[in-house]
Amino acid sequence: MNWITGTLGSSIGKKLMMAITGFSFCGFLAAHLAGNLTIYGGKEAFNGYAAHLHALGPLLTVAELGLLTFALVHVITGLTLFLGNLKARPVRYAVNKSAGGRTVGSATMPYTGVILLAFIIFHLMNFHFVDKTDTTIFNIVANAFSNTGYVLVYIVAMVAAAIHVSHGFWSAFQTVGANHPKYMPLFRTVSIAFAVVVGIGFGFLPIYIFLLA
Amino acid sequence: MTKTINLTLKVWRQKGSKDKGRFDTYHAENISTDMSFLEMLDVVNDQLTIDGKEPIAFDHDCREGICGMCGCVVNGRAHGAEKGTTLCQLHMRHFNNGDTIAIEPFRAMAFKVIKDLAVDRSALDKIIQAGGYVSVNTGGAQDANAILVPQEVADLAMDAAQCIGCGACVASCPNASAMLFTSAKVSQLALLPQGKPEAAKRALNMVRTMDELGFGNCTNETECEAECPKEISITNIARLNREYLKAGFFSRSM
Repeated sequence: MNWITGTLGSSIGKKLMMAITGFSFCGFLAAHLAGNLTIYGGKEAFNGYAAHLHALGPLLTVAELGLLTFALVHVITGLTLFLGNLKARPVRYAVNKSAGGRTVGSATMPYTGVILLAFIIFHLMNFHFVDKTDTTIFNIVANAFSNTGYVLVYIVAMVAAAIHVSHGFWSAFQTVGANHPKYMPLFRTVSIAFAVVVGIGFGFLPIYIFLLA
Repeated sequence: MTKTINLTLKVWRQKGSKDKGRFDTYHAENISTDMSFLEMLDVVNDQLTIDGKEPIAFDHDCREGICGMCGCVVNGRAHGAEKGTTLCQLHMRHFNNGDTIAIEPFRAMAFKVIKDLAVDRSALDKIIQAGGYVSVNTGGAQDANAILVPQEVADLAMDAAQCIGCGACVASCPNASAMLFTSAKVSQLALLPQGKPEAAKRALNMVRTMDELGFGNCTNETECEAECPKEISITNIARLNREYLKAGFFSRSM
């Protein structure tokens, strides 16, 4: 069995784990955004979406546990890679200059990652681990986003998510070896497009609710 | 009429691997713009020698951009800011009179400083050694077309084989990763039919050795591709990933 740990524990194996979990989060973001868009349909539509989602029952629990496992893998592997990379250059350069390869996304992956982790914990505590017996999810959301502070936190987090995704999406293709002259330019364009969709799609929701209130 | 310029150099000086090292300032005067960067350092070293001071140690050999011996970080860029050139092919015409130039050695845990700007890049040799060896038989040459290789594939293999092992990819990588180097060495063989029988073993051993030597992990920053004097593409890194994962999960090699 040690061929599995040997392969996954190598630098390329760790990258593979980052890529596969990252891809899954991209899929999750797309599904989450699609669900959230029902908020534009009004209170009933949004509560209806939540009810349908929860009607999935055990399926939803499996999905949640899956996401939690993937999140742990992504965070722990990411942290291991970050620390390993720091160690790989013990004496830093006095003058640092990019040759033009790095992007805002690629250069800030660990930092936007930490912001996202903190945000996800905050977000789950706000909307997931709350008592929903005497209220609806729409009321909880509407109440939270009547507060300017919450709106700002969410916008900052969504900008971080967009930046993180702008590098993560195409980078995952490169990591699994899917670099092809016909498709790579498309992956890089889609990466930016997806980042914009995530940033504006999620980021505008708190503003919309704030303006509605 | 030759144009000359005067420069201020901030050069990393370090007596040996145990020394902490520091920047020293030197003045390079009446430098012809036709000189290469290394020739400019030669002029500075001549003056240092005349003054009875220790000359600046730096690596170099062919001075034609094909041997891979030279290389320093000039103003934060490996081999300087010109695209697709080694340090020996960087000419002083790219600098202006009065410029201050910071010169540092390639920095990575796997590259120990030997002295000043000279670093020990034998870690790269160890990665190549881990890949095995090729036999070059003497005697009558085999018929040229006995093994068919499409021209396009041969070109890709030659593009990868352009790597001169200078270490600029490691030096310019924000993570000090040797993935571009390793990927070029794996690709040049994996692409050709002659390299196929040992492809799985080669990929596994070279990546393992690369990890053991203390290089960082590739995060697809693509700085290496932008800085490589031979303009080796990161498509080779994707190929290395494929070769390695294929070998790790599907080959019989352990």
